Amino acid sequence: MSVSGVILIVLVFGGAGFFLSRARARAIEAHGAKMHSRPHYYGCWTCLLIVLPSLLFLFFWNIGVNIYAERQTLAHISYAAGGDIERSDSYAPLQRILGQKGIASTRQSENYMVQGGIELAAGIKNLRQAGAFAALLLSVIGFLAGFWGTKAKKRARNRVERVTLWGLIVASTFAILTTMGIVLSMLFQTISFFRSVPLSNFFLGTVWDPRFSVMALEGMLGRFGLIPLLAGTLYIAFVAMLFAVPIGLFAAVYMAEYATPRMRGIIKPLLEILAGIPTIVYGFFALVAVGPFLRDLSASITGGQGFIMAQSVLTAGLVMGIMLTPFVSSLSDDIITAVPRSLRDGSLGLGATQSETIKRVVLPAALPGIVAALLLTASRAIGETMIVVLAAGVAASLTLNPFEAMTTITVKIVNQLTGDLEFNSPQTLVAFALGMTLFVLTLFMNIFALYIVRKYQEHYE
Amino acid sequence: MDSKLKIKMRGLDVKVFYGGKGALHGITLDILENKVIALIGPSGCGKSTFLRCLNRMNDTIEGALVTGRILLDEEDIYDPSVDVVELRARVGMVFQKPNPFPKSIYENVAYGPRIHGLAKSRTELDEIVEQSLIKAGLFNEVKDRLHDVGTSLSGGQQQRLCIARAIAVSPEVILMDEPCSALDPIATAKIEELIDDLRRNYTIAIVTHSMQQAARVSQFTAMFHLGNLVEVGATDTIFTSPQEQRTQDYITGRFG
Ligand SMILES: Nc1ncnc2c1ncn2[C@@H]1O[C@H](COP(=O)(O)OP(=O)(O)OP(=O)(O)O)[C@@H](O)[C@H]1O
Ligand SMILES: [Mg+2]
Repeated sequence: MSVSGVILIVLVFGGAGFFLSRARARAIEAHGAKMHSRPHYYGCWTCLLIVLPSLLFLFFWNIGVNIYAERQTLAHISYAAGGDIERSDSYAPLQRILGQKGIASTRQSENYMVQGGIELAAGIKNLRQAGAFAALLLSVIGFLAGFWGTKAKKRARNRVERVTLWGLIVASTFAILTTMGIVLSMLFQTISFFRSVPLSNFFLGTVWDPRFSVMALEGMLGRFGLIPLLAGTLYIAFVAMLFAVPIGLFAAVYMAEYATPRMRGIIKPLLEILAGIPTIVYGFFALVAVGPFLRDLSASITGGQGFIMAQSVLTAGLVMGIMLTPFVSSLSDDIITAVPRSLRDGSLGLGATQSETIKRVVLPAALPGIVAALLLTASRAIGETMIVVLAAGVAASLTLNPFEAMTTITVKIVNQLTGDLEFNSPQTLVAFALGMTLFVLTLFMNIFALYIVRKYQEHYE
Repeated sequence: MDSKLKIKMRGLDVKVFYGGKGALHGITLDILENKVIALIGPSGCGKSTFLRCLNRMNDTIEGALVTGRILLDEEDIYDPSVDVVELRARVGMVFQKPNPFPKSIYENVAYGPRIHGLAKSRTELDEIVEQSLIKAGLFNEVKDRLHDVGTSLSGGQQQRLCIARAIAVSPEVILMDEPCSALDPIATAKIEELIDDLRRNYTIAIVTHSMQQAARVSQFTAMFHLGNLVEVGATDTIFTSPQEQRTQDYITGRFG
């Protein structure tokens, strides 16, 4: 019996349990008993009793079986090969054997593997069968408990409520767990990177020159200075914010305070379309349109060699600014419209003009929210990848000239992780250290944004 | 009404439509200088709407249309030549819910004088703020914490702050829309006392749902019902011998 078959049976069974219990509850009610809950709650409760324990059991049982299989396989292989094989080298072929119902099919497989594979597969198959039957048994028990438990005094409604609550709790911790998983997976790689490159070289180094991993074998480690990348990242983000913040804020003020509903109905969706364009599209907009335009423009100003390079801080910042504008305006628009009308009335009632009201009452009241929105936008700018990959350049230079190319952390992550990889050389592992840096940077910006919102929120309401 | 009393504001056949739907159906009403007039009537009868006409706050409502004439010192305030901003400085408003700005107490009161350039120096501004707070009966309670944020005050204090804010621009008329509805009896008593004091220098129109309050603070009372003015007269007369059955019923609590 396959796992999906078992799941299907349990679900059908659960449905049946629902109807049967509900019918029973109705019958009891028809006999004149005062039921604690409406009949369908009894149905739901029985259904939950049938489905939940049995599916949870199935899930964990199968995970357990997989772990067991892996252990057994390893033990078997190291035994057969003289106890000296590393896991990652030999496990893959055998996994394939198991995957295909115990028949060896890979080229690298050896005779002893085939035999072991067949034996193991048989054992595991038995384990899975046992699990399936246990799951079915659990669901039957669940049904009996739920069905016979359908009595007038039983608080089915409260129980269903509690299960719902747990469901919600699990769903909300899911995001937290995922984040933790991501951080942990990056953390281990980062740590192994810092085993070969000292912390100070990474965080204080001003030269980025990782070399190739082949060279590393010859004892040349390469230099992994974070500073030029960080500078490039922050510089480009700064230029982007320089474009996006004023334009986005003015657009938001116009939409929230001046625009007629019709105008707003046109502008807002348009801005949202802008926000929906994939960033790679912005990237080649920068690459084929904005970059060459700026270069030619500067060339025609000087009348010879242009002073703006096609790939430059300015190009990337400008296009990223265009990308961020709708975020700024849409977030700020929501925040400005959330300022209570009573504050506006108070100001207008004192004889302030509309623009005075906006400047002196609405914007100050909305400021914490706007600052938080800007921080969120900035952390987007810092993490943005595709635009800078195409428009910023790859040279890790340290310069203040916005017309020259700089590179960013994200660009270098892409560079280090594309092409032929060797997952234990610092050349690759540095990508994880960079990713971790980026993560921490944006995390702190987001936390700071939340802190500002929390701190100042209560001042008007 | 007494002939030696001066008419400060006068509404002539005022009609208001919200998106084409009539809310006021031709109100003609005089507001006398240095008197308090109470506007009473069941919920939804158009008291707030009428009040908002008097300083053109209806202009800020999408789809609101006002017809008829409203005179302030014999001048039509809906005349195109009238500057709304200036009008609202002359006819101030206090709202139902206290709505101090999220600024310091001082800044709240200084707001109006600042935008209208009423003070030439910092000391003058300080003086205006202090006087307004004194008139609003709030000064003693807040004099040590003028730079605390206005929303940190209690509800009653906030409402008096809003009154101080309105007074600070030296209006001629103060409109109050249920200024005590969010307050407890003690704070209410303070504000009622305050209204009585303010009457000497200002003309006041107040919307209220409390008959006792109307009787306590006002000299004149106007009864509204379904967008019409039922009757208006001296408060004593209205409360002791109203002309209209509807007024009688409302005052005695038989409807509304
Ligand atoms: N902004 C608005 N848009 C549309 N209709 C409105 C608006 N404000 C008021 N109205 C309508 O105008 C009528 C009068 O409302 P108004 O607020 O003046 O009543 P009110 O006498 O102040 O009532 P209350 O005592 O409950 O405050 C009501 O029917 C109301 O539905
Ligand atoms: Mg009202």
